[in-house]
Amino acid sequence: MSADQDGANLLEVRGLTKIFGTLTACDHVDLNIAKGEIHALLGENGAGKSTLVKMLFGSLEPNSGEIFWNGQAVRITSPGTAKKLGIGMVFQHFSLFEALTAAENIALSLDDGSPISTIAAKARALSYSYGLPLDPLSLVGDLSVGERQRIEIIRCLLQTPQLIILDEPTSVLTPQEADKLFETLERLRSEGKSILYISHRLEEVKRICDRATVLRHGKVVGHCNPRQETASSLARMMVGNEVLAVVRAPAEGIETAPVLLQIRELTRKPATPFSIPLRNINLEVRAGEVIGIAGVAGNGQGEFFESVSGEVLQQDAGSVRIRGKDAGGLTITGRRLMGAAFVPEERLGHGAAPRMKLSENLLLSRHATDGKMFVGAGGMVKGDAIHTAAQRIIKAMDVRKSAPDPEAAALSGGNLQKFIVGRELDRRPSVLVVNQPTWGVDAGAAAHIRQALIELARSGSAVLVISQDLDELFEISDAITVMHNGELSKPLPIAEATFEKIGLLMGGAEPGHAEHTLETA
Amino acid sequence: MRLELVKRPQRSMLFSALSPFIAFVLTIIAGAIMFALLGVNPLTAFRIYFIEPISQVWQLHELAIKAAPLILIAVGLSVCYKANIWNIGAEGQFILGGIVGSIIPVLFPQFEGLLVLPLTLLLGMVGGAAYAAIPALLKTRFNTNEILTSLMLVYVAQLFLDWLVRGPWRDPQGHGFPQTIQFNDSAILPELLPESGRANWGFVFALIAAILIWILMSRMLKGFEVRVLGSSPRAGRFAGFGLNRMVFFAFLLSGALAGLAGISEVSGAIGQLQPVISPGYGFTAIIVAFLGRLNPLGIVAAGLVLALTYLGGEAVQSALGISDKVARVFQGMLLFFVLGCDTLIHYRIRLTGFSAPKLEAGPKLEEAR
Repeated sequence: MSADQDGANLLEVRGLTKIFGTLTACDHVDLNIAKGEIHALLGENGAGKSTLVKMLFGSLEPNSGEIFWNGQAVRITSPGTAKKLGIGMVFQHFSLFEALTAAENIALSLDDGSPISTIAAKARALSYSYGLPLDPLSLVGDLSVGERQRIEIIRCLLQTPQLIILDEPTSVLTPQEADKLFETLERLRSEGKSILYISHRLEEVKRICDRATVLRHGKVVGHCNPRQETASSLARMMVGNEVLAVVRAPAEGIETAPVLLQIRELTRKPATPFSIPLRNINLEVRAGEVIGIAGVAGNGQGEFFESVSGEVLQQDAGSVRIRGKDAGGLTITGRRLMGAAFVPEERLGHGAAPRMKLSENLLLSRHATDGKMFVGAGGMVKGDAIHTAAQRIIKAMDVRKSAPDPEAAALSGGNLQKFIVGRELDRRPSVLVVNQPTWGVDAGAAAHIRQALIELARSGSAVLVISQDLDELFEISDAITVMHNGELSKPLPIAEATFEKIGLLMGGAEPGHAEHTLETA
Repeated sequence: MRLELVKRPQRSMLFSALSPFIAFVLTIIAGAIMFALLGVNPLTAFRIYFIEPISQVWQLHELAIKAAPLILIAVGLSVCYKANIWNIGAEGQFILGGIVGSIIPVLFPQFEGLLVLPLTLLLGMVGGAAYAAIPALLKTRFNTNEILTSLMLVYVAQLFLDWLVRGPWRDPQGHGFPQTIQFNDSAILPELLPESGRANWGFVFALIAAILIWILMSRMLKGFEVRVLGSSPRAGRFAGFGLNRMVFFAFLLSGALAGLAGISEVSGAIGQLQPVISPGYGFTAIIVAFLGRLNPLGIVAAGLVLALTYLGGEAVQSALGISDKVARVFQGMLLFFVLGCDTLIHYRIRLTGFSAPKLEAGPKLEEAR
């Protein structure tokens, strides 16, 4: 690995192309990564970043194109080949066994037969030298998301890679944890290692990356120095046109407005050994306001959403109240009939049935609330009425599609999300609960969805948004609360909220709350 | 050279429709090889197997008699399978339908009149549904695997019927034969066109059931519920549909139709209970359901095809001396090929050379230089 010429590129990619069926995910992509640089790979969801990276890591085989490593043409046919060359990768979604310790998880991927104790010692030494403190003997199930990411990073570093690929590493971190990660990355750079940093968060790319390659629709649209660009000029390169800023009119008279959604001492035992219990959650959402729930993923947001939506019923009927009436004992259909609407996090398979047409997916959440309009005598479905309504939503939300009424799975993530949000907005619900409204949605569509949520609130509805995206919550919320380990902090009015305060709460620093020990152990 | 399966972006409508036909052709080819290995001219065998059994009008009646239970059971099963609920025990529900439906004609033979037949048929449906409720209850209560429970209940039903006709329900004047008394005329399912053949109203029931289930599945909210829960249960829960209720709905519906098929067979084609009342209709109907693409109208066609395999099996046995187990072989091959061909709905086949990626990359690079 030392056969380099001075100033040579560690990795050179020329004309790399990958075709899936009719979609060209990567179209003659060129990319150069120099030694000792942090190189950003920018692009919206679906731009081809993951496909490109998977080809570099050997999990996908390119249809054509060449990869040069230290100036020599190579074929990376498997992740094993990539590791041997010196390419390491930290995936966005971790692949860790929760019931094993950190060291055991690392041993599984090293596959060299060294005893666990040796690996644990190495991992411990490495973790401290890079400022990523980690106890190798702790069970993964007990660790926070940030700590789990450290395992992945250390696992990667133990193989002494020359190039480290990080896929959206900060999407699961608190702002403070992200700062720590950046220190580690800068340290690695100073040691001459190269880093390919995939992100759509422009501020952090500007902050730590030396160069950037921007992808759009599978093609490279530019190479630049992110430090010389502004966030909006980078966004323009990614999106291809201007992104409309979300306008949030000041909310007036909210203090006296009626409470439309009330959560009172909501408690839920963990459904599985690794799910989070909900602890004594209290929250009020009034007509006209948007309340944001921040928090690192896996702190009980999913459990909370299920409880509020009625997919899981509560023992205490008063723990969820909709428009002043107890709803805790009602199913999701009963709660919808009271005027509530819900948008879950997962689009395919939860918010929509993938193999069903959009018009059928409209019926999915509205067969009861719009029963008279969509379902006729004897349970016969009124195809025309549904079709008309689906087209109305498609138009209102600017859903782009390839057929008049395609299957949900045929839409891009952003367009499907627009449809799913639009499906609920079309009802003018008085209470709307949304989990990750714009996760994986491109910037233009995200702005559209956010604006629609604000407008719904201002027209007199109560809107509750659960999101991991702090920028989003600051953009649309009137108050932000943080979910951590199944508990909800007191809402902070947006005027008082700062990234730092919210970040501390996300890390579990709620003043006045006792520290919970793990009760499941 | 190698074959590559490439996932299609969308389900192929063309292959969705073609798949049963491709499967049928493959079955014929494999069948020809089998006949050749048995030392029979495949063409002769096919003529006897597939053409002669339907060359006269009375034979078409026989075809309808065989097809009726297959279609009735399969349309019910199609609802189950669409809901991702695996009722494999239709054979048992068929038998229980036959037994419960026979209560009036066997135990109260003096009861005559217009009410007898509808009551008999209704009891048959109740019997099949009640028997299907057992795996449904076990699944919803104890989370048991319905494939195993419904299948095992088939053997219980078969042995129960055997015991009944040898023991308590045996015809005292039957010279010791294991069978019940002949049903009286009020309890006999009438023939459709007695002058041309024996086909009875069971075939009409099958067609009506197919049409009703087609309307249910394609036009009604309940059918939508079935499809949502079957394809994405979590989305179904989000829609507010209950999975447990669906398990009962699907089992009771398919059980009732299998029960109706059972009592129609007993009161129509047979006229009394015997130790064996089904040549495996409940299992063959599984093939019919898949060959018909789980679409009730496709099932009507598939039911006729599979009915023909039964008749053909009998025909080759008498004409060529080949075991009628050959029918089972054909049915098995047909299911095997249908399931195999279904791959083409989601994937297309591409022929590639081993070195294709390299070859593609080569010329392009030279151009660039």
